[in-house]
Amino acid sequence: MQTEYISAFDVVLGVLWRFWPVWVALILVMGASFTYKKRLGLYGQLFDSGVGIAGVFICLFWLFTAIFASTISPFDPLAQVSVMKDTLPGAIEPASKLVYYFGGDKLARDVFSRMVYGSQIVLIIAPAATGFALMVGITLGLPAGYYGGKIDTLLSFLANLVLAFPVILLFYLLVTPGIMDTPIPYAMAGLFFLFPIIFFCVLFWTRYKNRPDRLYILLGITLVVGGWIYTGLVFDKDPLKIVHIDPNQLNIFVAVVFASSPGVFRIVRGLTMDIKTRDYVAAAQTRGESPWYIMLWEILPNARGPLIVDACLRIGYTTILLGTLGYFGLGLAPESPDWGTAIKDASRLLRSFIHPALPPTIALMSFVLGLNLLADSLREQSMKD
Amino acid sequence: MFSFIARRIGTILLTMLCLTLVVFFLVNLEPNLKKLAISQTEMHTPADQLESWLVNHGYRQNFFVRYGQWLGVVPKHPITDPATGKTTQRFSFCNDPTEPKFSGVLQGDFGCSTKFKTTVAAKLFPALGATGLLMFWVLAVMVPISLLIGILAGMREGSRTDRTLSVASIASTATPEYVSGVIFTVIFASWLGWLNGSAASASQGITFYNFTLPVITLAIYGIGYIARMTRASMVEVMTQQYIRTARLKGLSFSSVVIKHALRNALIAPFTVIMLQFPWLLTGVVIVEVMFRYQGFGYTLVEAAGNNDIDLLLGCSLVSVFIVLITQLISDVGYAFLNPRIRVQ
Repeated sequence: MQTEYISAFDVVLGVLWRFWPVWVALILVMGASFTYKKRLGLYGQLFDSGVGIAGVFICLFWLFTAIFASTISPFDPLAQVSVMKDTLPGAIEPASKLVYYFGGDKLARDVFSRMVYGSQIVLIIAPAATGFALMVGITLGLPAGYYGGKIDTLLSFLANLVLAFPVILLFYLLVTPGIMDTPIPYAMAGLFFLFPIIFFCVLFWTRYKNRPDRLYILLGITLVVGGWIYTGLVFDKDPLKIVHIDPNQLNIFVAVVFASSPGVFRIVRGLTMDIKTRDYVAAAQTRGESPWYIMLWEILPNARGPLIVDACLRIGYTTILLGTLGYFGLGLAPESPDWGTAIKDASRLLRSFIHPALPPTIALMSFVLGLNLLADSLREQSMKD
Repeated sequence: MFSFIARRIGTILLTMLCLTLVVFFLVNLEPNLKKLAISQTEMHTPADQLESWLVNHGYRQNFFVRYGQWLGVVPKHPITDPATGKTTQRFSFCNDPTEPKFSGVLQGDFGCSTKFKTTVAAKLFPALGATGLLMFWVLAVMVPISLLIGILAGMREGSRTDRTLSVASIASTATPEYVSGVIFTVIFASWLGWLNGSAASASQGITFYNFTLPVITLAIYGIGYIARMTRASMVEVMTQQYIRTARLKGLSFSSVVIKHALRNALIAPFTVIMLQFPWLLTGVVIVEVMFRYQGFGYTLVEAAGNNDIDLLLGCSLVSVFIVLITQLISDVGYAFLNPRIRVQ
């Protein structure tokens, strides 16, 4: 049977139409941001430059795509419709009369739906892994920079050790099916996921230790929520069955956090060493504040500018790392719709078909570009002050 | 200065020791050894024979003894048949000793590649040579282009040239090798047909036709980063007092840029270029796999995929060495180029 196609113009219109929930959400958020930009602080200042607007637009576009993925994509990302194998963009699926906007891949799956669902995987893992890396880096970098001496030497040596590893070798060693049989990924997860809990406990303790009414509530919330997520992620024994992560995703997560936390550590250490010479730190020391109070409530808030910029860049870098993992077929399931795996599958067949390769590559590139533009514009704004 | 370098080399050696120990631990995990035994024996070998293969080839000795053997501080032993007392080589394809002797990395013996059935040295060093060639061309393309972009952008901060070039360099840093490789292959190989999408023939001799795509793919990711650093450094130099003095003396803008600004602005990019090597190493792996070029990255992937213990250790040793030595060169070179910095 001959496959029917729609014209290129209809493909463009159709794709734009499928993204309608994203456009609605974008108009609402961007419109509100424009109207109230004077009151929104640093975020509002982003809307003063073209680069900033472009960055926010691209990041929000992918964020909403990930949220509304099930509405946008016409097909299931894993469904195979055998007549649609290797069809060109714009082919009409005979049974449902829906269109394969970007064609079908070698396993007859819809490239468009896979690209849309791929955004979900990237937008869950990359920011979360960056968040954990920030927690680890901050919790270790602050004392290293503040105290100096032996702690600094030891932690810096360990950080340089990890940084001296080429990332790809690290992934080949840490993200293998074999390592799932050993306790190593779970031990590392147990260690890394402890850091946010420690961080928030110390944060609240140093601030509210003389006000028990607040302290006990905040500590209680931290321990209950933290402990709940911790048991769900590390032991997969969440009593409510809500927090759950696949073992191979946990493995990727841990490897990515491990690879990027030394970078955060270095930045935080450098910033701390710079800021601790300021007068307000000396004033706090004279008042007799404890070292951890000074680190968390005097130094950290004043280091937030460079840290926010770095976090933006780092999410982009983590996205690239995830793509690398997918490209080498490490960790993620072979049929997973994430962009790296899709690029790997498509790049092997570039000689015969090019259309399955382009959507994931352009998606990945645009998302990282959006984050980089955002970081650049944030840096420019913070330099103005 | 001398004691600084000596101390740094000491740290490098300690780091290499720690890292190889970690790699050695990870490749010797039980599932990895199983995988190795299965790939080295016939199909469908029963479990007890897999175990005896591991015992026979010395993989069941104490962990630290085996690390010491690899390092060359504990003697390597040949396989001894317990019944006859006759000794045979552990791996016949790479001249393993027939009597106990010290033969490790310290003696210059990198061990035996189980995947390629040869010594690690015979496999690793030609691959490094091939990658060196690739790196040379990448640097030859990347460094001049990125410095030029950075200088042009940083010369007049905020101008239209600056904006355009800055966005272009941000775009290039947002394009990892596996993305730009696919896009370039689609444009230049599939669509225009100007270049070859595979560099497999480059091992016999490199030509413009088969080598351009890997080189530009690898260069493009670094260009943006180095250009941005050069721009930042150039912008800073252009606001200095001595530039204003030179302008007020009546010198033309071009001669101020070339004679006064350029030399001072190029100190920072030197460090950045040196620190690009770790990134280039990851990029090399992706590009070599993508374009099927038989170099270091390709060897590393093969070694990791087959759990080829000695080859993988050799690869990690080489890559860690490259990363650390370029860091050292960048620190020493920085102090050398900038007389205001003194190394303690």
